[in-house]
Amino acid sequence: MAKKIYDSAAAALDGVLFDGMTIAAGGFGLCGIPENLIAGICDAGTKDLTVYSNNAGVDDFGLGILLQTRQVKKMCSSYVGENDEFMCQYLAGELEIEFNPQGTLAERMRAGGSGIPGFYTKTGVGTQVAEGKEHKDFDGETYILERGIVADIAIVKAWKADETGNCIFRKTSRNFNPPAAMCGKICLMEVEEIVPTGSLDGDHIHLPGIFVHRLIQGSHEKRIEQRTTRKKGEA
Amino acid sequence: MWDRNQMAERAAQELEDGMYVNLGIGIPTLVANYTGDKDITLQSENGMLGMGPFPFEGDEDPDLINAGKQTITEAPRTAYFDSATSFGMIRGGKIAAAILGAMEVAENGDLANWMIPGKLVKGMGGAMDLVAGVGRVIVVMDHANKKGESKLLKECTLPLTGAGVVDRIITNLGVFDVVEGGLKVVELAPNVTDAEMREKTAATLIN
Repeated sequence: MAKKIYDSAAAALDGVLFDGMTIAAGGFGLCGIPENLIAGICDAGTKDLTVYSNNAGVDDFGLGILLQTRQVKKMCSSYVGENDEFMCQYLAGELEIEFNPQGTLAERMRAGGSGIPGFYTKTGVGTQVAEGKEHKDFDGETYILERGIVADIAIVKAWKADETGNCIFRKTSRNFNPPAAMCGKICLMEVEEIVPTGSLDGDHIHLPGIFVHRLIQGSHEKRIEQRTTRKKGEA
Repeated sequence: MWDRNQMAERAAQELEDGMYVNLGIGIPTLVANYTGDKDITLQSENGMLGMGPFPFEGDEDPDLINAGKQTITEAPRTAYFDSATSFGMIRGGKIAAAILGAMEVAENGDLANWMIPGKLVKGMGGAMDLVAGVGRVIVVMDHANKKGESKLLKECTLPLTGAGVVDRIITNLGVFDVVEGGLKVVELAPNVTDAEMREKTAATLIN
């Protein structure tokens, strides 16, 4: 098998970046985001990016750093409320936004990665989201056509992977990572730990390595966006 | 009249033993405090069934958050999954009910809760998928906006989140069902008169 493991984000990204490309990114808020690969794209300076990602990070972390450097031309997201820089650029007409309902965005990635060019959904019927889209009735209900996404690359983050890219996610950091991984023509994955092939139970793999082309091990800040706690003794 | 907690307590009465439920941000989140002995499983649409309470200080896990990006904990029954699977169970009608807030609700069940044109637009998140997919949509909100105008309208003025999707509305003044021809008054909050409620409601009311 061709070797999938690279020494660094820069090495993994070498040869796959070009101006005007499309990128699908995993993560929800700042949870489960590919921190090292985002930093690598920032360093590479690739411009005019169209990014498919549920959120746009915060001003100084996550995809927000690619907005700071004005490398992003268009975001396709469901919620961008945590990023002031995003709002400034959007209101100044410097950044395009295509709002996708969250489930529609996830399914567009899953479908695109599964060879399904489009699907019908009830989500968004009768709203702005449905404008200009094909409507079709099935069994007395109206649905709209949404397109599958195939991105030039996917950048995702998992917890552990073996050397072939079989991987396991941890808790809610799984989120958009599997569907984003599936829809990339080339999928780059960063993990907290690469373990020897054979040490993961095949029954416990969340995403098979067939979807993963380039793999790096990296360190992760894992910043918390909303730290909510309770005191000992509370219910 | 009900306060925020009493509205949440009233909304909790809508939930039945064994239900899988999605709670929105704000007053809907408080509903979890009033489910009593009922066996309710909370879904968080970022990819989790079986949400526990906030962690104790020092136990926060950055890999474990809810759809509001708040740190939470897991429950004995917790299951994790990816976002496509999460919205598969939402769109597929497996979630019995969603309880969520709103800016406006129309008498035909139209719901607006995601954008105000000309103001900052943050996005709809999972709201459009939830209202289109779950079994029952229950809105919990103040009866009037900050200007004192009715949020229960004949027609929504804001861009819609979903068309004809709301089943029941719980406000500080009472409980209303979306029925043919308008809103049916199910009950009034304590010390709210029928006349007062009617004066503060712009939508068509049906007895």
